[in-house]
Amino acid sequence: MLEIGLAHYLGVAALLFTIGVFGIFVNRKNVIILMMSIELLLLAVNINLVAFSSYLGDLAGQVFAMFVLTVAAAEAAIGLAILVVFFRNRGDIAVEDINMMKG
Amino acid sequence: MTYDILATDLTLLAPELMLAIGAMALLMVGVFIKKDETAAKWVSLLTIGLLVAAGAAALFLVPGAGGVAFGGAFVFDPFALFSKVAICGAAALALFLAGPYLKAERLARFEFSVLVALAVLGMAMMVSANDLISLYMGVELQSLALYVLAAFNRDSLRASEAGLKYFVLGALSSGLLLYGASLVYGFSGATGFDAIATAVGEDPSVGLVFGLVFLICGLAFKVSAAPFHMWTPDVYEGAPTPVTAFFATAPKMAAMILLARLLYEPFGNAVDSWQQVIWAIAALSMAVGAFGALTQNNIKRLMAYSSIGNMGYALVAVAAASETGLWALLAFMILYMVGVIGAFGVILAMRTPEGMVEEVDDLSGLSQTRPGLAWSMTGIMFSIGGLPFLVGFFGKLFIFYAAVQAGLIWLVVIAALASVVAAAYYLRIVRVIWFNEPTQKFVAAPTPVGLVANLSGLATVLLVPLAAIVFMWARGASIGLI
Repeated sequence: MLEIGLAHYLGVAALLFTIGVFGIFVNRKNVIILMMSIELLLLAVNINLVAFSSYLGDLAGQVFAMFVLTVAAAEAAIGLAILVVFFRNRGDIAVEDINMMKG
Repeated sequence: MTYDILATDLTLLAPELMLAIGAMALLMVGVFIKKDETAAKWVSLLTIGLLVAAGAAALFLVPGAGGVAFGGAFVFDPFALFSKVAICGAAALALFLAGPYLKAERLARFEFSVLVALAVLGMAMMVSANDLISLYMGVELQSLALYVLAAFNRDSLRASEAGLKYFVLGALSSGLLLYGASLVYGFSGATGFDAIATAVGEDPSVGLVFGLVFLICGLAFKVSAAPFHMWTPDVYEGAPTPVTAFFATAPKMAAMILLARLLYEPFGNAVDSWQQVIWAIAALSMAVGAFGALTQNNIKRLMAYSSIGNMGYALVAVAAASETGLWALLAFMILYMVGVIGAFGVILAMRTPEGMVEEVDDLSGLSQTRPGLAWSMTGIMFSIGGLPFLVGFFGKLFIFYAAVQAGLIWLVVIAALASVVAAAYYLRIVRVIWFNEPTQKFVAAPTPVGLVANLSGLATVLLVPLAAIVFMWARGASIGLI
């Protein structure tokens, strides 16, 4: 039977992180998907932190994960607020429409 | 006994506590004053007072020797003190500049000042962070306040677009930073910088180096160093001008100081594993800053590229990995902030009867219509461009000196070439000011704006004899970190 060890958790986290980064750069459709990708990044980090914490037998990693969760909530709230403001001005949230300024 | 430890810890945190409690109190003040404009005016004045008081608290209230608080999570040393005073000063000046603009653009809401105070609190935490958790909390506290500030003009499409772009890329950079932090924690077994330093040693494991590279990428976003600079021109252009003035000064200082502390303390013994990374980022930033600005017509975009380039020079000092590099970095950042805040003073004075203008060509013939501003802008542009013998020149000179001493000859060659290219666009602004015919006349600048612009212009010349004092402070602040 396959033993699930630290490497497996790290592998899953790395995979999720990569999906998140690709979601931000490749996605051309909707800003909401960007927000989901950002959450994915932070949660991948949380898996990392908890896996390391359990492996090392050290609680600091889990405390760190709690902080990350809290900050992620605040970040999502602010991101959605900015998105609402943008939608009011633009009337659309397609990624292609964020193009007033070149860059 | 416990009480004594807590009391000592809290004394070290005096500036941060003042900012945190003050910001919440100011929120209440703003709520209880009925009229929006009156509230904005009073809260802005009180916030400037609060920032000055926090700077003074850092100077006088905290015991001189400093120390660590909360189990080593927070450190107060001369390095942190120097940066905190500089950050509080820059933020107070940016708020001072913002008042008349916000009133004229019907943006006068008291939340602006409170957000600046909270961002400064985050920056104060960043420069004092001595643990990965407090590093992350400081960075996030700063960033979350800055995202809102970028989108502060919520009825403008450009400002909300700037806010959205800044948020998405800022969140991505926080993700990179965190991923790096989790790897460093996992492979060193601790979050405190001192314990990490022990685990890193001379020859760090692959996992640690991997984590460090992620951390550097995350922080390079925050200092807008190439190749992580793509948000900078858009955010600088879209955000309200006083917000841009703030973005270009205090957060850059905080993130640069944090990067220096991170590299010099936990990873100080493993210079070989990060020097090439910083080398590459510095060289790329200087090149992007120099060539990107050549084609810009919008002066705020131009300042964005100028700041990317200047962060490249600051990274040259970081790459030197020596005490000379450290104090050259501190002195350079101070002189850079003095120039940039004045440049934004001049930009804020560019108002015609129809509204704000921000093209370089709108400065045409400024020497005939407003000679005072024209002289200031000339001094500031020469100083930021590093032309001898204004103060900006000395900032760059010592960075080059530190880099040569560290044997980074090629990096200095690139830096010197980049300065020559960059001088072209600074000189272009000066040419437009002095040799083009005036096409329009700006309305009289409000007192704070005129004052800051002219004082900063004067400072580029008058600070030259005083530069030695700045260097001595910087020198004193950098002792002990490396």
